[in-house]
Amino acid sequence: MPRIRVEVDGVTYEDDVEPRLLLVHYLRDRLGKVGTPIGCDTTNCGACTVLFDGMSVKSCSVLAVQADGRGITTVEGLGTDGTNHPMQRAFHEEHALQCGFCTPGMILASIDLLRENADPSEEEIREGLEGNLCRCTGYQNIVRAVRKAADEMRQPAQSEVAP
Amino acid sequence: MTEVGKARLRSEDARLITGRTQWTDNLQLPGLCHVAFLRSPYAHARITRVDVEAAKSRPGVLAVFSGQDFADEQGSLPCAWPVTEDILIPDHPPMAVAEVRYVGEPVACVVARDRYAAIDALEDIDVDYQPLPAVTDMEQALRQSSDLVHGDLGTNQCYRLVVESGDVDAAFRDAPVTVERRYMQQRLIPTAMEPRAVVCQPDGDEFTMWSATQVPHILRLMLASVTGIGEHRIRVIAPDVGGGFGSKLQVYGEEVLLLLLAKRLGRPVKWTESRSEGNMTVHHGRDQIQRLTMAAEADGRIRGFKVDILSDMGAYLMLLTPGIATLGAPMFNGIYKMDAYSFTCTGVFTTKTPTDAYRGAGRPEATFGVERMMDELAAELGLDPLEVRRRNWIKHEEFPYTTITGLTYDSGNYEAATDKALALFEYDKLRAEQADRRERRDTVQLGIGVSTYTEMCGLAPSRALAQVRSAAGGWEHATVRVLGTGKVEVVTGTSPHGQGHDTAWAQITADALGVPFEDVKVLHGDTLIAPRGWDTYGSRSLTIGGIAVHNACQKVVEKARKVAAHLLEAAETDLDYANGSFSVRGVGGDGASMTLAEVAGATLSAHDFPEGVEPSLDSDATFDPENFSFPHGTHLCAAEVDTETGFVKIRSYVAVDDIGSVVNPLIVDGQVHGGLAQGIAQALYEEAVYDADGNLTTTTMADYLVPSAADLPAFVTDRTETPATSNPLGVKGVGEAGTIASTPAVVNAIVDALRQHGVRDVQMPCTPERVWRALREAFGEEPEGPGGAQPGAGGGLGSAQGDQEGGQG
Repeated sequence: MPRIRVEVDGVTYEDDVEPRLLLVHYLRDRLGKVGTPIGCDTTNCGACTVLFDGMSVKSCSVLAVQADGRGITTVEGLGTDGTNHPMQRAFHEEHALQCGFCTPGMILASIDLLRENADPSEEEIREGLEGNLCRCTGYQNIVRAVRKAADEMRQPAQSEVAP
Repeated sequence: MTEVGKARLRSEDARLITGRTQWTDNLQLPGLCHVAFLRSPYAHARITRVDVEAAKSRPGVLAVFSGQDFADEQGSLPCAWPVTEDILIPDHPPMAVAEVRYVGEPVACVVARDRYAAIDALEDIDVDYQPLPAVTDMEQALRQSSDLVHGDLGTNQCYRLVVESGDVDAAFRDAPVTVERRYMQQRLIPTAMEPRAVVCQPDGDEFTMWSATQVPHILRLMLASVTGIGEHRIRVIAPDVGGGFGSKLQVYGEEVLLLLLAKRLGRPVKWTESRSEGNMTVHHGRDQIQRLTMAAEADGRIRGFKVDILSDMGAYLMLLTPGIATLGAPMFNGIYKMDAYSFTCTGVFTTKTPTDAYRGAGRPEATFGVERMMDELAAELGLDPLEVRRRNWIKHEEFPYTTITGLTYDSGNYEAATDKALALFEYDKLRAEQADRRERRDTVQLGIGVSTYTEMCGLAPSRALAQVRSAAGGWEHATVRVLGTGKVEVVTGTSPHGQGHDTAWAQITADALGVPFEDVKVLHGDTLIAPRGWDTYGSRSLTIGGIAVHNACQKVVEKARKVAAHLLEAAETDLDYANGSFSVRGVGGDGASMTLAEVAGATLSAHDFPEGVEPSLDSDATFDPENFSFPHGTHLCAAEVDTETGFVKIRSYVAVDDIGSVVNPLIVDGQVHGGLAQGIAQALYEEAVYDADGNLTTTTMADYLVPSAADLPAFVTDRTETPATSNPLGVKGVGEAGTIASTPAVVNAIVDALRQHGVRDVQMPCTPERVWRALREAFGEEPEGPGGAQPGAGGGLGSAQGDQEGGQG
């Protein structure tokens, strides 16, 4: 079995893993990082989105062995010093979640969206989040939340908060 | 201090945005084993042999069972709504024993040390099937010559329910206008984002089950009745549940089997479905053929309405399967007055996944039927669709109004909601643009769709359930406990899975008791903690469960009043209660008032207590409503339809809903947004497609098109507030309104855009291909395309496969 060394939310792990083990199962079943949920088996829903060296990936379509030597950020690793990331706060303040199952993936995909485009229009947000499905909110408040977080994250004082 | 009406940010969010969640699949227990199910690849087949020996010998496999292994103890899954006396209810084993009747039906299961080992072992189970004919078309299924889903029943007709009111023949005789239409309510897959998951832990002869369910109380009751294990020996926990939309209002075979596996193996077991597995086996929604006939006067006033529907049961009757379509019986008349009405519903068995509740459950189907017909009637008469509605709807001053179906709508103001919607929508301006585009023969035409809906919510008065032969009760329970420090615990029988009851019930409690919002903790979703309740569905939680909370608070205040009167040495009638404090009327200063926390402390110690009063500030309340509630509203949709490509773009959408008084406008808006998304998705995107052999070809999210943010417009939402008169808070419920109203609004807009070309209907989902074909047919052209058959939705991998394999056996 291959051995991998991977940093997840600031903690380094070394594990022997089956080559076929999906990253999301490694996170959930081996590391107990159950904040990242699984919503489908065809990489359509995006619920399992994590940041892979800072870029969003669907962790159900990545093998654990591919994460060897990489850094993973899950929703559990966002924010600093006990305060939430601006995107997490914006989701709360704009009521951008109901059941919350898509929320971890939606938040991480949104953070990655702002990494590429710090000031997206509503249409750009909708297009940019096309790979993440939500069944509760109709997306209206998610779009609002991303815009709000974008405004906040562009403020100089807040610019270093993003991972 | 008023919390009710305030846009409180949700207290649920803190853990959901940080991943500190408790989804059922998160659970790890010592010795936990994993279960995987082998499922039928045939729509209909006899099982002649199941060989599990090879699978059993694989490493990491603890046990492998076929349906036969549980035949004596697995019972039959319950149907709690036998809608007629002579309904046919077939046996429904949780795991198939002799015959499979839909693709995905469980045939065998593996218990292994981890999920990969369990799934691997499925490949080594050898099942011999003798294929039987699939039954996929409802109209064909009802013919004498049809193959049967259940041979022993001798028919595919499950039931036939007829409801009539008024003189229907007279209404139709010599009617100046008669409009007849046939509409399809396609089959939908509810698709809650969290797939189903179940964990069951044995403890001697007692069991704890965690399940991603909307209905922990119903599940416990039914697990007990199906397995014979005492109800008092089963605890059901619904931890964080990731959406339901009716799909988790069910007692699933897998839940029964996990209980039996835990019992047999004496080990905790877990099963989590994959999405592809779920699309085949989570109950589906809708699936009706509607034959509608409306008779009217020349001025548009409705004389009579005849509704004749076929409702696809699928292969078996699950918890509420037969009843869903019959919820349309008192709803097809909508908000309109008429002289006569008839409703005939025929339940039909097919070799497909069973259907059951999906957001709105029977009411979206009915609303679609009547709202489409109102537009057709308007077109027939050359009237504006809103004008036809105005001439028929119940006027504000006519409430309370007893409808043709016998329901009493207690309150409503259709005029106010419509006026508000028209102003927000800029109706006249859009009509002018529409005329201009028609004039210019623009290739992109504009259509305007109207939907003036109502719904019966707050399911349900228990006596009303008895009248329609439902086995369930409709009351809801709450306990309010004031702890010794004055903090408050609220126990509710509702079971939220995204609706925000933790927040909303705390708002109700804070107002009713006069305590800070932060001092209230809401408990739910565990039969040990909240032993009584009927759970969450049918827009019932606030209108019934929220009222139970309110009433329990009132009882607590009355208890506390006795204690305060004793301690303040005043008569109870001389005490005022406000802002969480009792004060003696007309007396100021220290010693003349007492906070609820002080009363609670005095109750805890009970050192100085009134004679005959028990030292407790706890109260229970059970609320059983006398009537349904009737939210209503006006939705307007403007759609641009490209006549060359068939592509539909929603240009603007305005929803004005009247859901009575509002507890939390933030939550209400969210519910409306989500409801709109699902209703629009039915109109434009979603369909569960079966091929002629009964294979579901939309098993994945690549094939079944759940819309993304890019597929949906921004919504304009607003409200009018006409309080319900049937409960003390004046609330009506909001969970289903958006879904119920929006589907016909969108299709009406599409048809409105194309009506000038002779198009009278586009079958849902109105995909570009379907719109394009409808136009070509209206032009008298023979549409060419692959196979020439009606295209399915989606068009993903599975759909393509379905087209190619169709008819090859």
